[in-house]
Amino acid sequence: MTKLPLSALALAAAMLAVAPAPTFANPFETTLANGMRVIVKEDNRAPSAVHMVWYRAGSIDEKDGTSGVAHVLEHMMFKGTRLHAAGEFNKIVAEAGGRDNAFTSRDYTAYFQIVPNRALPRMMELEADRMANLQLTAKEFEQEIKVVMEERRMRTEDNPQSLVYEALNATAFQAHPYRRPIIGWMDDLEHMNWKDAQDWYRTWYTPSNAYLVVVGDVDHRAVFDLANKTYGKVKPHALPERKPQNEPPQAGIKRISVKAPAKLPYLTMAWKVPRLANIDTDREPFALEVLATVLDGHDAARFARNLVRGQKIAQSAGAGYDGTLRGEALFMFDGQPAEGRTVAELESALRAELKRVQDEGVSPEELARVKTQTIASQVYKRDSMMAQAMEIGGLEASGHHWRDIDKLLEKIRGVTAEEVQAVAKKYFTDDTLTVAVLDPQPLDQTKPKKSAVATRH
Amino acid sequence: MKKILLAAFAALVTVSTLAHAGPKIEHWVAPSGARVYFVETHVLPILDVAVDFAAGTVYGAPDKTGVAGLTRSLLEAGAGSLDEEHISAKLVDIGARMSGSADADRAGMSLRTLSSKPEREAALELLRTVLAAPTFPESVLVREKARAVAAIRESDTRPDSIAAKRFAAAIYPNHPYGASATVESVERIGRDDLVAFHRDNYSAKRAVVAIIGDVSRAEAEAIAQRLTEGLPAGRADAAVPAVTKPARDTLKIAHPATQSHIHIGAPAIARNDPDYYALLLGNYVLGGGGFVSRLMQEVREKRGYAYSVYSYFAPRKLPGPFEIGLQTKREQAGDAIKVVEEVLAKFLADGPSEKELAAAKSNLVDGLALRIDSNAKILGYLSAIGFYGLPLTYLDDFPAKINAVTTKDVKAAFARHVKPEHLVTVIVAAD
Repeated sequence: MTKLPLSALALAAAMLAVAPAPTFANPFETTLANGMRVIVKEDNRAPSAVHMVWYRAGSIDEKDGTSGVAHVLEHMMFKGTRLHAAGEFNKIVAEAGGRDNAFTSRDYTAYFQIVPNRALPRMMELEADRMANLQLTAKEFEQEIKVVMEERRMRTEDNPQSLVYEALNATAFQAHPYRRPIIGWMDDLEHMNWKDAQDWYRTWYTPSNAYLVVVGDVDHRAVFDLANKTYGKVKPHALPERKPQNEPPQAGIKRISVKAPAKLPYLTMAWKVPRLANIDTDREPFALEVLATVLDGHDAARFARNLVRGQKIAQSAGAGYDGTLRGEALFMFDGQPAEGRTVAELESALRAELKRVQDEGVSPEELARVKTQTIASQVYKRDSMMAQAMEIGGLEASGHHWRDIDKLLEKIRGVTAEEVQAVAKKYFTDDTLTVAVLDPQPLDQTKPKKSAVATRH
Repeated sequence: MKKILLAAFAALVTVSTLAHAGPKIEHWVAPSGARVYFVETHVLPILDVAVDFAAGTVYGAPDKTGVAGLTRSLLEAGAGSLDEEHISAKLVDIGARMSGSADADRAGMSLRTLSSKPEREAALELLRTVLAAPTFPESVLVREKARAVAAIRESDTRPDSIAAKRFAAAIYPNHPYGASATVESVERIGRDDLVAFHRDNYSAKRAVVAIIGDVSRAEAEAIAQRLTEGLPAGRADAAVPAVTKPARDTLKIAHPATQSHIHIGAPAIARNDPDYYALLLGNYVLGGGGFVSRLMQEVREKRGYAYSVYSYFAPRKLPGPFEIGLQTKREQAGDAIKVVEEVLAKFLADGPSEKELAAAKSNLVDGLALRIDSNAKILGYLSAIGFYGLPLTYLDDFPAKINAVTTKDVKAAFARHVKPEHLVTVIVAAD
């Protein structure tokens, strides 16, 4: 359920000018005979290791009626294999002093353990085991689907802003699979069975659809060798054809509202914009990324300065763009009006900020700040092994290559004021806009929603 | 396969730049009177500094809850000759990150900057200015009070916030640890209150300076002195009332949410309590150890009652809370609470098994290296060691302290600090 915004990825490079990296060949990569790629970044600051397996299977690959199955399978992956009982993997990680978890996104599902480096061989053995030998049973499934429904209640049903975000995506996209929430519709979860999870596992969990990222105090040759002896043993199978499912062009503004118990209204606006397809030839995605940073990339950015502090029209205001993804991209604004101000006033104020960029462009100082932030973030990222692993894995998940981390950074730094102004003019028209608003309801007038009666068996 | 893997292990592990033992912590008192904790490491070209003060919510006037948080957040709203726009722009221009935090006991600022001299100097000058010379502009205060009030009104509609506030109030009746800012308490706060709170509490004698990164000891000494020499004189530590334990009680609060939000707990231990290690281990077994804890097994894995169920001790200067928390479909809240109560009762009666304790020790001892594998993480330990007066050898001693604990110690420590007659249960969105 975690996502990696372009801003994080764009900051992705070894900033050699600022601080020499210890090894120029780092990271290292190999491909196993079964098609699984292995990427190792040596970082010997502390005796630990991050071990992550990424599958190119997320909610984007789901079908109507079984939304949420990618995430449900993620839960089921902790339920045991032919060799290891349910929960045993967790126990082994814990006793090694480590921690483990997994996350499902629209584009991928990833599993990780952060462990003392001496425990890495065992992690590789166990993770390779559940890549091939998961034992799905109806009994375990029936318990775990209840947990997932509780997770949905916590994250979405009782969270007004999540409900709005879910409705925004479901409205902005009519055909594209990003219209479905990662956690799945509650009704789909209620009717899911263990065979749906099994089908998902058998379809997508194969070494040729996975890659391994290891960052830590390790020798890459030893990791390659271990990968061969563990993951290398897993037989690959063919993947189904992935249909593009492109969204038809939107021709006209869409507006919706969601009622939920709350005090402050909440506004979201999303425009259809291009994703990053070709790192070498695309320029607009980088200009959009810089635009998002100028509006809301840091404390001195325009939204905070002008809307929260200056005009005091917003309790909060944000802008975001994630162009490194498999599916279609949105450029989003969101915010809460300050007390006494309306959603309409906030929308006007956000639009006025956009118009200023369209009319006047951005300043050299603002562009310089984007570059400074980019460089600094890249250096700071080296203080965290997990951040480095996420950077590599996230870029790969969107169909790009970790080797392009440097190039992405260069592209961001090369964006001109004219390019930012040009994308602001080109893409932010009402015809491709979707607006979703939270209409707050008083608590005492909202009846408790009863959970659906369990129809499962 | 196992044999091959074990052989490969030797080749896998290379030499580490941070040893298995804790980092070398240097400590001194600056001429200003501030206590300083420093780790020198030049691996990355960065510097992290945190300055914490005994300036948490407990030091604010009871009818003005929120003054500690507002004082902290308005440090960046204007300082010296700089207004808030200058401060944020300067930080961004040098790529530095400044952030603040305020809890019940402490409040402070931390800074991350590139260690190259121009950036470092500019960043430290900003930190020095906001700590020593905040101007608390009236116009910013009016705006931030309005934002705080709006945030309180919003959070008072959210079942998780309501549950957290009601739980704190119920286990700390008549104590500042139980107080949350309200619309009324925030509206009572004026600029004079912020000025006074800063003058009284942001002094060098009440400060702990933590420094880690790419500077020498001599540079660190100069930095610590520079950051603290211009601070106000402050006051001696004000008396904070003692914590009294509540009587067993259950509070049910209406809310339309689909899930009940449940908290069960009581005040437990202060950070310097010798039972700290026994409770840390015991809590790992009970509900702190993620997927492997008893609560997780019984509530989530066996019955599917909750996505999140946990327990923790949050030790503070005075006895901080012990809490068990979960969210579950409201129709089954009663059943889920019954399971939690049974798990807790059994744990209090029998303590952990030898096997469970061994697994907990293994996690906490072997996991220590992971908890100190970045400058950011070590910085947090430096601040805590300083603020709570823990020994400089805290990290080095940790494995031995943990390994010395027996199952009997755990059971006895829980019996001393988690008494059923004091446990309060708060249920928001109860049927």
